[in-house]
Amino acid sequence: MSVFVDSNTRVIVQGLTGGQGRFHGLRNRDYGTKVVGGVTPGKGGTEVDGVPIFDSVEDAVAATGATASFVVVPPRFAADAVIEAARAGIAFIVCITEFIPAQDEARMYNRLRRDFPGTRLLGPNCPGVISPGQCNIGITSGDIALPGGPVGIVSRSGTLTYQALYDLSQKGVGQTTCVGIGGDPVPGTNFIDCLAAFEADPATKAVIMIGEIGGSEEERAAEFISKKMTKPVVAYIAGVTAPPGKKMGHAGAIISGSQGTAQAKMKALAEAGVTVAKNPTEAAELMVEIVSKLG
Amino acid sequence: MDLFEYQGKQYFAQYGIPTSPGDVAVTVDAAVAIAEKVGYPAVIKAQVQVGGRGKAGGIKIANSREEAMLHAGNILGMDIKGHLVKRVWVEHASEIEKEYYASFTLDRAAKLHLAMVSAKGGVDIEEVAATDPDAIVRHHVNPLDGITLAEARGIVAKSGIDEAAIDGVSEIIVKLYDAFVKGDADLVEINPLILTPDHKVHALDAKVSLDDSAAFRHPEWDEFRSVQEYDGREKLAKELGLNYIGLDGNVGIIANGAGLAMSTLDVVNQVGGSAANFLDLGGGADANTMTSALEVINTDHNVKSILVNIFGGITRCDLIAKGIIEALARVELHAPLIIRLDGTNADEAREIIEPHVSDKLIIRPTMMDAARTAVGLANGGDVK
Repeated sequence: MSVFVDSNTRVIVQGLTGGQGRFHGLRNRDYGTKVVGGVTPGKGGTEVDGVPIFDSVEDAVAATGATASFVVVPPRFAADAVIEAARAGIAFIVCITEFIPAQDEARMYNRLRRDFPGTRLLGPNCPGVISPGQCNIGITSGDIALPGGPVGIVSRSGTLTYQALYDLSQKGVGQTTCVGIGGDPVPGTNFIDCLAAFEADPATKAVIMIGEIGGSEEERAAEFISKKMTKPVVAYIAGVTAPPGKKMGHAGAIISGSQGTAQAKMKALAEAGVTVAKNPTEAAELMVEIVSKLG
Repeated sequence: MDLFEYQGKQYFAQYGIPTSPGDVAVTVDAAVAIAEKVGYPAVIKAQVQVGGRGKAGGIKIANSREEAMLHAGNILGMDIKGHLVKRVWVEHASEIEKEYYASFTLDRAAKLHLAMVSAKGGVDIEEVAATDPDAIVRHHVNPLDGITLAEARGIVAKSGIDEAAIDGVSEIIVKLYDAFVKGDADLVEINPLILTPDHKVHALDAKVSLDDSAAFRHPEWDEFRSVQEYDGREKLAKELGLNYIGLDGNVGIIANGAGLAMSTLDVVNQVGGSAANFLDLGGGADANTMTSALEVINTDHNVKSILVNIFGGITRCDLIAKGIIEALARVELHAPLIIRLDGTNADEAREIIEPHVSDKLIIRPTMMDAARTAVGLANGGDVK
């Protein structure tokens, strides 16, 4: 079992003819993901390494029965590409594009929420999602993931997610699904969405959550965990020493006034019964310990 | 990009938000000329991006040509909390009957735009929020709908702003929202927004933070950017296309990925050290990016050791290791380099680095070990 994607997920890549799209899209296919098509306006009828290209998402869905889209297009076109996918009936969209203007992102989010409530957007500015052995949409290296569960991972950061995946796999602990929600201020999918999905997934027995400074999603997640979750959660929060008022690489990683500090997030999570780790490696170690006791 | 007050006022002017007549000057003569033009009393305000400039003597009122010359002379070149005053804004001093507050920003929790309006302006709004939260009216705006004048009037009426100011403030709020959205800002704030004795409303200050991701559709921002004051290291990093933030410690940091870079800062702190910078190499960390990163860190003379923390996912560690060795041939470092590599092809990477290992190039198996060594060296200790 897994969350959001599995071996039946049929994926199209918006931007498959571009450098990034081709690299990651074909990598995803080689991992075993059902990459059934690509979309680039004006290039319909051509193909990329055997994958058919369509002019629009609508055409691609009609021809391939795609259920998910991987959006790899430049920032100025990304919001429109996401809405096009939603309009064509795609239920799950992964957008890895970084540097989408904040105003475009806010409009995109609210357009989805109002007009396409059945569509889930993961990202933007995220590494994507991988259900090891079944489906990989995004930029995660499939080699470092281990199929079979029982751990679910949800994270705002790319490399820290990879570190957690790698540490767990090295110690023989597999993952059900690893979801990178991304580092932007308005992520389409948040911690609570993923925690709820992991709580509902019978194969997932425990969850690692990796947060960082900025916003209050970790605090909201803590509230959700204390009220709604029965499965153990280990958390790590990056940015304890980040100075206020500076965007630490991610657009959303910024302490505004007294809001969004790592300390406040760690405190809220600890109070919710979450095991809080001091660094990403310790998070994996603590999880290995928890998994060993699951029996 | 955070704008200076005068840039914020120029930006407001593009969207029809009224401000006091004035202009910016870099010399005393120019400041006096503006004061003569706008008429006395004139306010001379230091243009620095730091709070508390009034208390530091950076805002003065001049009632005559002589006073304008004196104040401009004192303020230009002044050091306010480490910020050198290179420019002053000179405007006609307004008569103030009341001071209000208005801003727009993104509410990340609600994922909607947030208007904040208060009849209590002219003071720190975080302070008001803490001591008298009911004095601030918070109103969400859906980005798909925008804000109407009627809606703005509703907010203003609720805030307790004086009857005489309701029309003026409401109109300014609609324009401020326009500036926020069309102007691609992360934050627009007027504090104070004033009512004059003749019942006119205008912005006395301007705080604007622009969204750098939208720069491609705002060629007019080039002028704002040209006078931004970056720290020397940050300027070089920007030119080299690196994601860099200068800090005060003595351990230079290079990592791939924003999260890992932040985490590296934290780990250095946990073992008793402090980072000299935040530096995210991004995805493709090759010899060129590594060279650029080392060049930037090498210009920072506080740096006593450099910690390179890499996790290879799709980017293979062996390629990064080759990049490091190549970069070391191009840059002569004044501090030892401590490397930790993990992930895809980490063993091959270590083999590549092994023959070059010395007391200037150290390799450590984990993030914690590497941090301990880097901090030990930075604090004058030996390699542990």
